[in-house]
Amino acid sequence: MNVAKVGKKAGKEVAFFGAVAFFVILTTFPFYWMVITSLKSNSDIYNVSNFPFWFNEAPTLEHFKYLFEQTLFTTWLLNSLIIGVCVVAITLVTALPAGYSLARMSGRTGEAMGIGIFLTYLVPPTLLFLPLSRLVADLGMQNSMWSLVLVYPTFTIPFCTWLMMGFFKAIPVEIEEAAIVDGCSLFGAFLKMAIPLSVPAILTVIIFTFTLTLQEFVYALTFVSASDQKPITLGVTTDLIRGDVFYWGELMAGALIASIPVAVAYNLFLDRFISGITGGAVK
Amino acid sequence: MVSIAEPVAKPVSRFHFLLDRRDVLGSVLVAPAVLYVLLLVGVPFLLAVYYSVSAYTIYDPSWRFVGLTNFEQILQNPVFLDTLGNTFLFTFGSQLLGLILGKFGALLLLRPFPGRRIVRALIVLPWVVPIALATVCWQWMFDSLYSVINWTLIALGIITRAEAPNWLGTPHLAMLCVILVNAWRFFPFAIVIFLAGITSVPQDVIDAAIVDGAGFWRRNYQIILPMVLPVLTIGLIFGIVFTFTDLSVVLLLTNGGPVGATSVLGYEGYQVGIVSGDVSHGAAISLFMLPVLFVLVIGMLRFIRRREI
Repeated sequence: MNVAKVGKKAGKEVAFFGAVAFFVILTTFPFYWMVITSLKSNSDIYNVSNFPFWFNEAPTLEHFKYLFEQTLFTTWLLNSLIIGVCVVAITLVTALPAGYSLARMSGRTGEAMGIGIFLTYLVPPTLLFLPLSRLVADLGMQNSMWSLVLVYPTFTIPFCTWLMMGFFKAIPVEIEEAAIVDGCSLFGAFLKMAIPLSVPAILTVIIFTFTLTLQEFVYALTFVSASDQKPITLGVTTDLIRGDVFYWGELMAGALIASIPVAVAYNLFLDRFISGITGGAVK
Repeated sequence: MVSIAEPVAKPVSRFHFLLDRRDVLGSVLVAPAVLYVLLLVGVPFLLAVYYSVSAYTIYDPSWRFVGLTNFEQILQNPVFLDTLGNTFLFTFGSQLLGLILGKFGALLLLRPFPGRRIVRALIVLPWVVPIALATVCWQWMFDSLYSVINWTLIALGIITRAEAPNWLGTPHLAMLCVILVNAWRFFPFAIVIFLAGITSVPQDVIDAAIVDGAGFWRRNYQIILPMVLPVLTIGLIFGIVFTFTDLSVVLLLTNGGPVGATSVLGYEGYQVGIVSGDVSHGAAISLFMLPVLFVLVIGMLRFIRRREI
């Protein structure tokens, strides 16, 4: 009787951890596959009779070497970094004051305006890329990464304004009121009180703006075709394929390197991101 | 001797004065963001609408108004109706699969166990890693010759090498693949949203329900579900919008093929408007997304409002 009960419980545990293992394998196997492919020699990769899940020949760094020495990979990394930093700057300068204003200063119209700005986040790139590509061409930015610096804020500003609005609302208004009573101007209260208090939120905004620019693909594909102007995501997925020939080892190596920083950053800030995206509905 | 309380006469400019008015400063602070969005989302959006009723191509950039001709031409093309159907199949197939996987995943992660944080970090990977990069990896796993999935199926004796499917080269299988990859990408997001919703239900509400004699099903479906519904809906709307208008998964995995079997609205708009340069028809194709987006936006507004109350 007792043995049966213990057995049943153990069975349940096995089923539970089996299900957890299933989910982890489902989500991580493609990344494991990236790692293993990027470290295999070509003769190992392209041999159908080999056991694919582990090395049949000694692991090699030849794909990484090729990536850094024979392709524009470092240029793409640098481009992505430049684009990311510029977009973060534009986003902070516009979204911080906007979020503050919508949280504190504009009452009911502010509320409606905040929702309006947030809804533009839902207007998809696949609707806007035609007129925007003309705009980019008119400004002489076609085929240049600066077009992406111009266009990426169209989705980072709405998103970050919404995030900052929520964060500013969570700061007690009394702190700024006290500063104003002590002779601080309204703008001074924003600069000297609200901003220092929201440093963690600002950090979140920086991380998410940066990762959103790294994840973007559609605009980059549409506006930039010169190899030396491509950001990393576009460069890896389009330039390592020549006609019908896929450089799988290099492709996987490139995808792996570009994925790691985003994965780490996202995981560190996941909880804040979720509370932002659900607009404080979770409390 | 100067007394400490001596008032300092500062020249106060009119500008300064204005900035100390709450409504004025509020408008000044919000203006840059609103202008940016108006100029680079609002105006292009109207331009896209105008393109769709004009004869604009990159070879003949004329603004000539042609009415609804573009839409009529598109609708007469039977291939376009397939594209429209594909878009709905792709969207609802991957969202449904994503929700089911998400619900089960969330139930698992709800229970504390050693290593739960690491498991969660691993499970959200598909959603956080740039989808273009992950899609290329899936393309490699679905490769016609070196597919690791086929290798495993053959090694397990389920199929022989001669029967090994060409995943991305067979119409129905290709559709299944783009749906699978997109569901794979979205279900971690569903897990996270489910978790956020469920953990937000106050424990005392659940305790009270138990005291009142509510069983497992009643607790789950009459108390917890209604409380997490707003959060779930917002998550689902995000998922549908980004899937319905997606281009990258289809473009990288199947390039719309084989013979248009996985072509969706976003892909078709890109092919016609950007690749072929027929901007007016491309814009008209993209505008077919609008009715669905519109309904979703209304839904979103309703739920945001409800949250305010």
